Amino acid sequence: MKLVDAMVVAALTTAACPAGAADIPPAERRSGYSFMAPDSQAMQNDDTTNPGMLWVLDGEKLWNSKAGAAGKSCADCHQDARASMKGVAARYPAFDTTLARPVNLEQRINLCRVRQQQATPLAHEGRDLLALTALIARQSRGMPIETGADPQLAPFVGKGRDLYMQRQGQLNLACTNCHDDNWDKRLAGAAVTQGHPNGYPLYRLEWQSLGSLQRRLRACLTGIRAQPYEYGAPELVELELYLMSRARGMAIEAPAVRP
Amino acid sequence: MASALINVPAKARRGEIIEIKTLMSHIMETGYRHTADGAVVPRDIITNFSCRYNGKEIFRAELFPASSANPFIAFFTTATESGKFEFEWTGDKGFAATASAAITVE
Repeated sequence: MKLVDAMVVAALTTAACPAGAADIPPAERRSGYSFMAPDSQAMQNDDTTNPGMLWVLDGEKLWNSKAGAAGKSCADCHQDARASMKGVAARYPAFDTTLARPVNLEQRINLCRVRQQQATPLAHEGRDLLALTALIARQSRGMPIETGADPQLAPFVGKGRDLYMQRQGQLNLACTNCHDDNWDKRLAGAAVTQGHPNGYPLYRLEWQSLGSLQRRLRACLTGIRAQPYEYGAPELVELELYLMSRARGMAIEAPAVRP
Repeated sequence: MASALINVPAKARRGEIIEIKTLMSHIMETGYRHTADGAVVPRDIITNFSCRYNGKEIFRAELFPASSANPFIAFFTTATESGKFEFEWTGDKGFAATASAAITVE
C-alpha cells in the first residue's frame, strides 16, 4: 500500500513538476516575513498597526451589504465570514467545474457576484475587491496552504511551473533564476526572497496600499522587461496556482506587510 | 466613514503612562504627482488629527504632504481617570472621521 502511494505521488510529482535540481527543499522554505527588518515584522504582528487590517474592516462592511439584482449580501448565503471562510484562501486557486479551469480568490468572488448576486464584477485591484479578498484571506491566517491537492488541477500546475521556468523578457530571466537559485542574495538593497505567496493580499510599503498577488507578479514581469499579462489572464492564474502549490504547508499570513 | 484602527489599553493603573496607537485609512495624495497626460493630481490629505480625553484635548498633530498613506500616529499620555478617548481626523475635500475608545483606570 505504502509503495503504491509512493508511486502515485511520484507519478503526480513527475507529471506536475518535471525534475528540477534547483527546487528549494521543504525544510529550507522561508516566508518573505523572515527576510524583513524587525520594524516591518512588528508592523505585521500587531493587528492595530497592520494597515492591511483597514481593508479587512472595509471587507466586513461589504460582506454584509446587499448587491446586485438578487438583492443578496455575501452574508445572506455564507453567514459569518469568520466561520464560513475559514481555510478557504488556503485552498485557492481552485478548480471551477463550469469554467473547467482554476480560478483565484478574486475571480471566485466575482463569479459569486455574477452568478449568485447578479451584480457586476468588481474591478481588479479596486478597493472593494481587495477588501473582500482580504476579509476572506484573513480567516485562513496561520493555516497551512493546501492549494493543488485537487487532481483536476495537475495540468494547470504543470503549465504554471513551465511559465515559472521559462526565460522571458529583455533580461531573459525566469522566475526560478532569482527565486530558486538566488533567493539568499540581494537585488540592490532588497532581499530577493523565495517568492512564496503566503501573505496575499498584502500591504506593500512601496505601494502604500494593499495589493494582490497578480499585481506583484505583473511588477516582477515588468522588472525583467517582459510584457505583463493582463489581470485575470489564465497564465497569471496558473502561475499563482504553481506558486501556491510550491508553498504547500506554509502558514498563511494574510494580510501580510512587506517592504 | 473611513475605517480606523485604534489601540488603547482597556485597563490602566492611575498615573500609568500608556501608549495610544491610531491608524487611519486615507490615500494621502500629495498633490505633487501628475497623470500620464500631465494633469496635476489634486492634493487630498488629512491635515489635522486630535485626541480628547474626557473632553479635554491632550494631543494634536498637523499633517503635510510628506506623510505616508494610511497615517499611523502613536503617542503617550498619563492615565488619570476612567473615561473615553475621542479621536478626530479632518482633511482635504471635506474629509472628517471620528473614533473613540474607552479606558478603565483603577
